Amino acid sequence: MNKKKEILISIALIAAVLAVLRVLELNIPPTSQWAMLLTVLKKGSIYALVAVSMNLLNGFTGLFSLGQAGFMMIGAYTYGVLTIPVADREMVYMYYDGGIIKFALPAVLGIIAAGLAAALFAFLIGLPVLRLKSDYLAIATLGFAEIMRALFQWDTLGPLTNGSNMIRNYPTFKTILFPFIASGICITLIVLLINSTYGRAFKAIRDDEIAAEAMGINLAHHKRIAFTVSSFFAGISGALLAMFQTNVQAKSFNSAMTYEILLIVVIGGIGSVTGSCISAFLFIACSEWLLRFLDETHKIGDFTVPLMRSGFRKVVFSIIIMVIVLFFRQGIMGTKEFSISGILSRFGGKKKNNKEGGAPLQ
Amino acid sequence: MDMLSKNLPYILAGISVGGQYALIAIGYTMVYGILRLINFAHGDIFMVAGLMMVYISASFPMYISIPLVIVLTVLIGFLVERVAYKPLRSAPRMSVMISAIGVSYLLQNLALYITGGLAQQYPTIPWISDQITVLGASTKRVTVITPFLTIFLVVLLVTLIKKTKIGMAMRAASKDFETSQLMGIKINNVISTTFIIGSFLAAVGSLLFFSNYTGVTPTIGTMPGLKAFVAAVFGGIGSIPGAVIGAFIIGICENLIMMLNQFVKVDISNFKDAFAFLLLIIILLFKPTGLFGEKQTDKV
Repeated sequence: MNKKKEILISIALIAAVLAVLRVLELNIPPTSQWAMLLTVLKKGSIYALVAVSMNLLNGFTGLFSLGQAGFMMIGAYTYGVLTIPVADREMVYMYYDGGIIKFALPAVLGIIAAGLAAALFAFLIGLPVLRLKSDYLAIATLGFAEIMRALFQWDTLGPLTNGSNMIRNYPTFKTILFPFIASGICITLIVLLINSTYGRAFKAIRDDEIAAEAMGINLAHHKRIAFTVSSFFAGISGALLAMFQTNVQAKSFNSAMTYEILLIVVIGGIGSVTGSCISAFLFIACSEWLLRFLDETHKIGDFTVPLMRSGFRKVVFSIIIMVIVLFFRQGIMGTKEFSISGILSRFGGKKKNNKEGGAPLQ
Repeated sequence: MDMLSKNLPYILAGISVGGQYALIAIGYTMVYGILRLINFAHGDIFMVAGLMMVYISASFPMYISIPLVIVLTVLIGFLVERVAYKPLRSAPRMSVMISAIGVSYLLQNLALYITGGLAQQYPTIPWISDQITVLGASTKRVTVITPFLTIFLVVLLVTLIKKTKIGMAMRAASKDFETSQLMGIKINNVISTTFIIGSFLAAVGSLLFFSNYTGVTPTIGTMPGLKAFVAAVFGGIGSIPGAVIGAFIIGICENLIMMLNQFVKVDISNFKDAFAFLLLIIILLFKPTGLFGEKQTDKV
């Protein structure tokens, strides 16, 4: 299989997926039970992006960071604040005299600004924090996310962030294709980065920091790049999430959200981009849709099925996660990648060595 | 005098909350000292203890329910270690930490399922919930008792670690995990004991904490848990006196922020929770081993 053919097949597949999505969107009425499928797909594509961005840090660079929700929040707020139409500002910022920003950016610029803002914060935070190791880094980034959350809800910053009130009335997406295309472009960029010389340096740092340094890799420089780039894409996914939710509030971007993203990465396999994408859709589908029936009371004849009531879904779901964490530590994909050429050569009976196989994480 | 009676409640509350954080922080610091694991589920064990008290005290009198809650909390702490951490003993550290996050997620969702998401009213424990007056400031008796009880328990614990055989085993395990195994220390017993002590102190902490803040919600354990961990890092992870001092400093400072809030023009009460993390980042940057931590060197 040559490279040209593979690219052609990829483009055809992407086009087919997008076409199917469009057809689904046009044919599912918003009231039917299948409308949930569209919600899952939209939210799943956004979570796929943030999961891949977290995987870039945790899986490929070996930096255990728990600040992802914080960077998403920065992205979501930047997007929301910059794109609310000027006419609506008086209403959204009703407690702060219309806020201090008197202009509105177009949506696409807003999304890019969201990424840049998150990257800027990450760069500044990374300067001191990236000197820390493993769990200290985790707790420090978690702490930064909490500080940011307090800062965004601060009354004194109200004219900018609307205090603890919602940011709303900004432009949202009309079609399901938008989050898919946006996430797709971003994930492609991340994959290109991972396959570049930078990506190889990241993996070297993950496998052995001291050996990597001895080979001449500038640790501080590469860690900063990984951290900033990861946060850039977390910011973009935050902006997409803001568009999906149609309103943003700082209090929803808590540590529980970071944990969920981390669990998505773990289920998909730490160090596998495709694994993160698959598990993002599975995770969102299970938590939003497929396990819903567990929350309702069921009756078989006169017998009421015990335990099933509101909240049971989440219990079952967390038990499944624990089973995966304890017994299937590799997750769905391990460190392998799902690729078209891999599938084709499997059907052709030829085994192809996977280029991606890395050492287990420390 | 007016100044004093106005501000004293904040300081008292700070000392009291500090004592409660200290009881949780000991669980973190001991587990981290031996397993090098941030036990993210510890804050949720604290929450579960509070929740069990709500349900058990509904059907039993206080003198039965308090010991029962403590025993059950210890049992849960023990089981969590056996089920979720023991199978991962040879796994990379990150896997164990993820498992801890998974347990935390599970406990919170279980609590959500059982309570239906509503805040549960914590029962009034007679005597310690009584209102008393200290230097003209009215407060609950628990506020005054907490620091003394905390210090008593800490002295007891330090004696246990310094003088008894199991304490010596704990010190050995935290010094060098593998060598202590080679020396014939039953490492699983040591780890279980650590979790039992940690959960016991968390249960006592929850009795004191919820006598002051009476609403028990499924996520209430997260914040005190994280702050207690920060306290443990601040004091130097692995050091019990360090964790206690760190916890008192955090407890007092966050209440001082509330006190200052009366005097400054801008509202800074939002930063009550964020303060602990700011302190954490500052200490990690300037003295990563904490106040009383031992210096560790990386070996190739």
